[in-house]
Amino acid sequence: MNRRKKVFISLLASSLILLAICIGGMFCADTARLTDFSRKNLSPSLDCLFGTDWMGRDMLARTLRGLSISILLGILTAAASAVTALILGVVSATLGKAADTVITFCIDLIMGIPHILLLILISVAMGKGFKGVALGIALTHWPSLARLIRAEVIQLRESPYILIAEKMGKSKWYIARKHLIPHLMSQFLVGLVLIFPHAVLHESSITFLGFGLSSEQPAIGIILSESMKYLITGKWWLALFPGAMLVLVVVLFYKAGENLRKLTEPGSVHE
Amino acid sequence: MARQWSIRIGKKIIYMLLLVAAASILTFVLMKASPVDPLQANVGQAALGSMSQEQIGKLREYWGVDGSPINQYVSWAADFIRGDMGTSLLYRRPVSEVLGVKLMNSLVLMVIAWILSGILGLVLGVVSGMNRGRWIERIVKGYCLLISSTPTFWLALLLLLVFGVWLKILPIGLSVPIGVEASGVTIWDRVYHAILPAMTLSITGVSNIALHTREKMIEIMDSDYIMFARARGLRGIRLFRQHGFRNVLLPAITLHFAAISEIFGGSVLVEQVFSYPGLGQAAVTAGLGSDLPLLMAIAVISALIVFSGNMLADILYGIVDPRIRRGGVRR
Repeated sequence: MNRRKKVFISLLASSLILLAICIGGMFCADTARLTDFSRKNLSPSLDCLFGTDWMGRDMLARTLRGLSISILLGILTAAASAVTALILGVVSATLGKAADTVITFCIDLIMGIPHILLLILISVAMGKGFKGVALGIALTHWPSLARLIRAEVIQLRESPYILIAEKMGKSKWYIARKHLIPHLMSQFLVGLVLIFPHAVLHESSITFLGFGLSSEQPAIGIILSESMKYLITGKWWLALFPGAMLVLVVVLFYKAGENLRKLTEPGSVHE
Repeated sequence: MARQWSIRIGKKIIYMLLLVAAASILTFVLMKASPVDPLQANVGQAALGSMSQEQIGKLREYWGVDGSPINQYVSWAADFIRGDMGTSLLYRRPVSEVLGVKLMNSLVLMVIAWILSGILGLVLGVVSGMNRGRWIERIVKGYCLLISSTPTFWLALLLLLVFGVWLKILPIGLSVPIGVEASGVTIWDRVYHAILPAMTLSITGVSNIALHTREKMIEIMDSDYIMFARARGLRGIRLFRQHGFRNVLLPAITLHFAAISEIFGGSVLVEQVFSYPGLGQAAVTAGLGSDLPLLMAIAVISALIVFSGNMLADILYGIVDPRIRRGGVRR
């Protein structure tokens, strides 16, 4: 089995696991809300793997449900961010100096305010809740990728085939569509997958702080901030398993992103 | 040549001030756009219902709900430049007073974590970069992947669980012991209470710098001058000291100054978990309670910290790299 196949199989495996968590979470929606005071505060056992909380809710179901919310939100916002980055990166590098100055200023501005603080501000501006988190994450995660794409386009612009296309009188739009975008596709895809872990981590952080998803939803941030109250009394399972699952999901996405990069950029195989 | 360099720095400072101004405008606009009514959030629906119109009018004035936004911003900015940050609505004290205490608490935490994570990250990055393909590189890489996938607040919870609840050797929260007068707090108490938060921040700060240093180190190890040095028989620590150190230090410094923003973000979460009364906790409180003056000041100060970090990196870059100092082109 060659390296390419190995990378492909691991990519497939991690996508399958993520998909499974998503689907599992959808089926757990009702179980996650089910309260049963006859079996509250159970520590993990074979019967319920992750234990139950103070309302007798099954932590496994809640964790899965929370993860599926996080994954879906993460994909949505990462996609929005990556598309913004692609458009702004290309625009900034092709549409002349004024556009470049404005966009670079925006990039510097957003990267200069600490992420969490900006997320808090946007979330408050949107009146908290799902909309606030989604918009906040989508609006704050594009700058680094936009910067990469801008640098790449600036380099590309000087390459012979683009210069020739210009000399032949092709329009800017034609060059962007036919020459730039296809070239940037691999970087865009990898960037998209690598934005995702940040999106998920920030979503859970902002939810943890109380600015994110509302407390009825079993988001991971909510679960963990609730668990904080019970930590002192030794209910470690409330915090340990949901967090560990979140780490697992994020690691899987990082791995998927790296594998994707190896597939799309054969040169990086030597690393 | 030195003149060119100082002009470049001057331009940077102007750019930075522009960015800070833009950050304050952005903060103001976002807070004004918020549908959360500060009166309802802080006074409560029930209390509002039992008040007379006159009282409500006074409260509205206090929370700054009336008046045109542009006028409000201009008067805020004018006061701010003169050094008057306004009065915090939630704490009912001047913002500068509230922030003074919190900023010191946070800075202690962030500076310790910043230095520790920088040194540790550099060492790990260099070691893993110089030992390519060995087990130590795998361990460092795995550690970095795991840490960058771990939410800061969860790590803080775990450390709290282990050291605070199970082992009971470190305090569960706050920056000073409970029930002790301010004058009775010793420096040891402060350090004791800052250990866990600082530890969390240091652990999470390592991965970024370690990974980048590693990549740079690999590049350096592939270079011709290292090959020549090896051919002369240099090995290990001597090889690194004479040929690797300066070269790897440059990118590491820049990167680590740029990471201040990350550390700040992490400190917000860590302070929340350990209920450590710092800037981050103040930001969360101000955000939840729509305390506009406090939040504006925090946003401006944090942006200032981050931007000056970036600028310091630039200046240090010039000091470490003679090519830049003498006015050469930067890469």
